Amino acid sequence: MADPLLDVRQLSRRFAAVDALKAVNFSVNAGEVHALIGPNGAGKTTFIHHVSGALQPDSGSVHLAGRDVTRLPMHARVRAGMARSYQITNVFPGLSALDNVALAVQGRADAGSSFRFWRPVRTETALFDEAAGHLEQVGLSTQKASLAGNLSHGEQRALELAMALATKPQLLLLDEPMAGTGPEESARMVELIEHLARHITILLVEHDMAAVFRLADRISVLVNGELVCTGTPEEVKSDAGVRRAYLGDHL
Amino acid sequence: MAFYQAASWQKPALITFGIALLAMPAVLTSFDQAFYIGFATRVLIFALAASSLNLVLGFGGMVSLGHAAFLGAGAYAAAICQQAGINEALIAFPAAMAAAGLLALLVGAISLRTRGVYFIMITLAFAQMAYYLFVSARAWGGDDGLPLNGRMQFAGIPMSDDQTLYFVAFSAFTAAMLLFGRLADARFGRTLQAIRENETRMAALGYPVFRYRLLAFVLGGAFAGLAGALLANLTGLASPNLLQWTQSGTLLVMVIIGGVGYLYGGVVGAVVLLLLEESLVGVTEHWHIILGLLLLAIVLFAPKGVAALFRKRHG
Repeated sequence: MADPLLDVRQLSRRFAAVDALKAVNFSVNAGEVHALIGPNGAGKTTFIHHVSGALQPDSGSVHLAGRDVTRLPMHARVRAGMARSYQITNVFPGLSALDNVALAVQGRADAGSSFRFWRPVRTETALFDEAAGHLEQVGLSTQKASLAGNLSHGEQRALELAMALATKPQLLLLDEPMAGTGPEESARMVELIEHLARHITILLVEHDMAAVFRLADRISVLVNGELVCTGTPEEVKSDAGVRRAYLGDHL
Repeated sequence: MAFYQAASWQKPALITFGIALLAMPAVLTSFDQAFYIGFATRVLIFALAASSLNLVLGFGGMVSLGHAAFLGAGAYAAAICQQAGINEALIAFPAAMAAAGLLALLVGAISLRTRGVYFIMITLAFAQMAYYLFVSARAWGGDDGLPLNGRMQFAGIPMSDDQTLYFVAFSAFTAAMLLFGRLADARFGRTLQAIRENETRMAALGYPVFRYRLLAFVLGGAFAGLAGALLANLTGLASPNLLQWTQSGTLLVMVIIGGVGYLYGGVVGAVVLLLLEESLVGVTEHWHIILGLLLLAIVLFAPKGVAALFRKRHG
């Protein structure tokens, strides 16, 4: 089998007296949707922070497409092909939806340098044309001119996704994309992710079990900073340890 | 926040102001008030200095309390150039910008690794270090400062005439404002403003935020250096007082009363503050009290600065 796209080896991190991550081995194969689940406080978001480069591990390493990116800062990892969305919506509320995505397009290495001092951005139609395409992809084409801060919560989640897509990632890290959305918006988001998964490899952290079991090719379970199980949805569902630790209440 | 955008009336207004500024020396002379040309030059120079801080503070979101160090560095660089026999402003002024920019690169490369109040304190600390360096530099006059031996010349034309210096200052100011206006609207300015709003998000979009902030800091420093070189020519002295933290404070106050993040905030602030100072000094020697009260009123009733009053609210 080919090398995994994302390979996390023996990742450990301690905060004061708490072992947030204990020698976690985790991989995402190219083309799959790998979901990471676990009870609140299990260390899922901490794990995403370490993968994306927002935090540095005490030990262990992160490899993207065979390249060791453990010491790379966040922005360099994005350029290496890894984009993330945030658990708490993180868009520029004072900018239009289109400007938000255009910023993401502009940040990409192949969009040219942003050390440009003279030409007004609004004349750079290529940026905005591409941004409009990404908005359409997430179903926001009618909201281009709306201020991001005025969009509904679900629309903001979709905008966040469009921004991540605009960086043209090989690997998309989605940190609870369904958080705080209503059932209808949730269903739309699941459809959207399903659609994206055809082109992009996804690491999905999510609490909504129905969504996870519908989307994931593989599931890993994180409990108290330890990876207790990795397998297909069927395997995870039937794993006794997982049921005890986590799923018992849900299934 | 939204990105900075010029209001539709701004361009005609600017052209009008530009023409007024060009005609001012002739008008003042014909009314026998040529004395005020020097004052107008001073206002232009401080408008340039405050605008350079506004690039750092307003557009970059970096609250620097050491901006006067770059003003002073520029003044000294000009005086030192003259001491070394270079009396041509076309060489000395770029040299002053380079010297101040280099100092800003040094200060910024270290300070920009900190945030918030630490950044304020570390920029202040660097500026005070620069201040004491110049105070103790005997070769450059110590705490007396380094006097200029008459004003320099610009492209061969001596600036000893107040009008000539005025027009040089006006050109420098106009060129800087044109550049700031363009870059605020260009990719660099948008990136800088977005970093000011949410630096983590920009990093998560692949932007190396440190480099953008550092470049803005260096640009701001370089233009403060240009203002310093002009100021040294106006007053005939590169004084260590230019590097004092109180001078940094004055520049900050100018930007704040003018309007943080408004392209012309620094200009409005410099005009308001210097006009107040000039007119109040004649009334009472305790003019600082009146000035303080007026500043309080501005902060209370126009918290976004005077420039913001001319803008319709957005967002």
